[in-house]
Amino acid sequence: MNTEATALSDSPDRGRKLHRRHGPPVKRLMAPAVIFLLVWMIVPLAMTIYYAFQNYNLMMPTMRGFAGWENFSILLNDPTFWSALVNTLVLVGACLIVTVGLGLVLALLFNRTFIGRGIARTLAISPFFVMPVVTGLIFKNMLFHPVYGIFSWAMRTLGLEPIDWLAHYPMLSIIMMISWEWTPFALLILLTGLQSLPEDQIEAVRLDGANRWQEFRHIVIPHLGQVLYVVVMLESIFFLTSFAEIYATTSGGPGTATTNLPYYIYLSAFFQYDIGLSSAAAIGAVVLANIFAFFLIRFVAGNLNAGGQR
Amino acid sequence: MAVVELNNVAKRYPGSGSKGAAANAVDDFNLITRDGEFIVLVGPSGCGKSTTMRMIAGLEANTGGEIRINGRDVSQVAARDRDIAMVFQSYALYPHMTVFDNMAFALKLKKYPGEDIQKRVKEAAEVLGITALLDRKPRALSGGQRQRVALGRAIVRSPQVFLMDEPLSNLDAMLRVDMRAEIIKLHRKLKVTTFYVTHDQTEAMTMGERIVVMKDGRIQQIDTPNTLYHCPANLFVAGFIGTPSMNFLKMTLGQHGMMLTGPTARLLASPERQDLSNHRGQTLWAGIRPEHLRPTDADDCAALLTGEVDVVEPLGAVTMVQMTVDGHRITAQLDGDTRVSIGDTLTLTCDSDQLHLFDTETELALPRTHAMSTTTV
Ligand SMILES: Nc1ncnc2c1ncn2[C@@H]1O[C@H](COP(=O)(O)OP(=O)(O)O)[C@@H](O)[C@H]1O
Ligand SMILES: [Mg+2]
Repeated sequence: MNTEATALSDSPDRGRKLHRRHGPPVKRLMAPAVIFLLVWMIVPLAMTIYYAFQNYNLMMPTMRGFAGWENFSILLNDPTFWSALVNTLVLVGACLIVTVGLGLVLALLFNRTFIGRGIARTLAISPFFVMPVVTGLIFKNMLFHPVYGIFSWAMRTLGLEPIDWLAHYPMLSIIMMISWEWTPFALLILLTGLQSLPEDQIEAVRLDGANRWQEFRHIVIPHLGQVLYVVVMLESIFFLTSFAEIYATTSGGPGTATTNLPYYIYLSAFFQYDIGLSSAAAIGAVVLANIFAFFLIRFVAGNLNAGGQR
Repeated sequence: MAVVELNNVAKRYPGSGSKGAAANAVDDFNLITRDGEFIVLVGPSGCGKSTTMRMIAGLEANTGGEIRINGRDVSQVAARDRDIAMVFQSYALYPHMTVFDNMAFALKLKKYPGEDIQKRVKEAAEVLGITALLDRKPRALSGGQRQRVALGRAIVRSPQVFLMDEPLSNLDAMLRVDMRAEIIKLHRKLKVTTFYVTHDQTEAMTMGERIVVMKDGRIQQIDTPNTLYHCPANLFVAGFIGTPSMNFLKMTLGQHGMMLTGPTARLLASPERQDLSNHRGQTLWAGIRPEHLRPTDADDCAALLTGEVDVVEPLGAVTMVQMTVDGHRITAQLDGDTRVSIGDTLTLTCDSDQLHLFDTETELALPRTHAMSTTTV
């Protein structure tokens, strides 16, 4: 209201009154949405922080009380936590590389015209509509299974020894599943990016003497900069929270080979019933997510801009 | 600098069949430029101007004929190896690069040494008056400035051939006139063979050394602006070149091969045109440019068009008058101080050597022997 009043201070009184009466009360109209969003975010976060400093194990409900930094020190001294952290980073990093790389290649292919492109495009995007748990089950029982799986059948057909993927290459298997699910997302967004590239820029750069690679490097990639940024940001947030695929296939194993941070939090909350510890780990996950959001993404964006300017 | 040669060049886009010959976007295009010539392609929208340019550039493959640059058939040469620079209607500047980088890009790809690039870009920027903008990104430039950068990007390369596809059509009218003059100046200086596309016949007339008038993918006439104006080859060119357009009346040639008559109109063909004797008694299209009509009181004049004035547009220096004579719209460009008002009956006359005659069947001009002898160089 203050700013409105100063902005209109030199206009006639009548005008201001009209404005008061008919202008939309922007702040009041926005308030419900903003309050809802704040409650939605702040309350769970505050509760997590509160529990992180509490002694609160559901198996020993009477031993409640302020714990200080104890949960955190247990957490930091737990080798499983550290391996979960590493697993999370490996998972996010590998899946980002695979989905963005593969998505870009597919987007470049699908951006060309060929017979049956519409059908091929729909098929390529369909994995994205499969629920994560279903993905896990499909891979576990139909693809990775050492006896019935398509992969082992293919290897036997080639005269090779079938591999028990989930037992011997658990992390690779998880990365394959998540990448299978998320490559379509990258493909979809990068394809829209490619399609918004004006044809005449490609023609101009061709006449300037660029070959295919230079065309891609100097025009297509800078044009996709913003889009890549969105893909990387959204995907890293989703990959950080991967859970269902792991739950449905390896259950974090063998050992802790595929236990990532979300799965670690799940284990400590629902197997050890240690709400305090899992809350502390959740805080760790929040910190990690923010590190991603700030550093990784700044780094990527900065690199892309620099690449464009050179 | 180069001689560009187009021999029977044709383009048929896939999927544009079933309409016979008209389905070719460009058909039977023949042209040999002089070294350093400024050629303007002009014609209504969709007549195949851009397609012709894009075939020269190599962005589009010709489906018939051959294109030669300095005698070399370039059909198999990729666009990037043809050493041709193009200025696009949309400018097509690289949005993520500064003006300097936009201009330097082609040179960098060719691995020119750094100081050479600096020097060339600076020079081009000075010529175009954009030195102060070199560090800006295209989005921080006005339309006219972008236009200059697009030109600059083309000239730093000193290419064999310049192609400009309606480069001025996104600018406002004032700026367009300025840039027009500037492009001509630039061409005088650089003497690079240039193809310039426009749909605006004024632009074509003021800029072209030779003008190619096109319609429906076919060349109608290739000539100097002067010849196009005085000796249009057919009805289309006559109507397309000149503003306002030429007036056309359907009239019958008399038995002496001198007098043309309509229901009310009378026109006298030039007595020097002996060739008209072959057309005695035929119906012909008579064409007169608005600027060659003048009012007359005399009733004994050989050439008379009489009608009721229904539009008067005083423009200061001249007054445009429209009326209907024998069912044809007639526009006349009269002196600015002419007193006419709507509803007046006006009688117009013109000199017989300003009269153009066209066959009604073929729409070709009946040759004007005397005019040809004065305008051919
Ligand atoms: N990519 C294309 N595919 C099919 N037809 C096209 C294509 N480009 C142009 N045409 C057709 O070719 C004709 C000439 O187009 P164009 O050269 O762009 O005309 P101009 O530049 O003179 O306005 C038009 O009829 C247009 O519809
Ligand atoms: Mg065009």
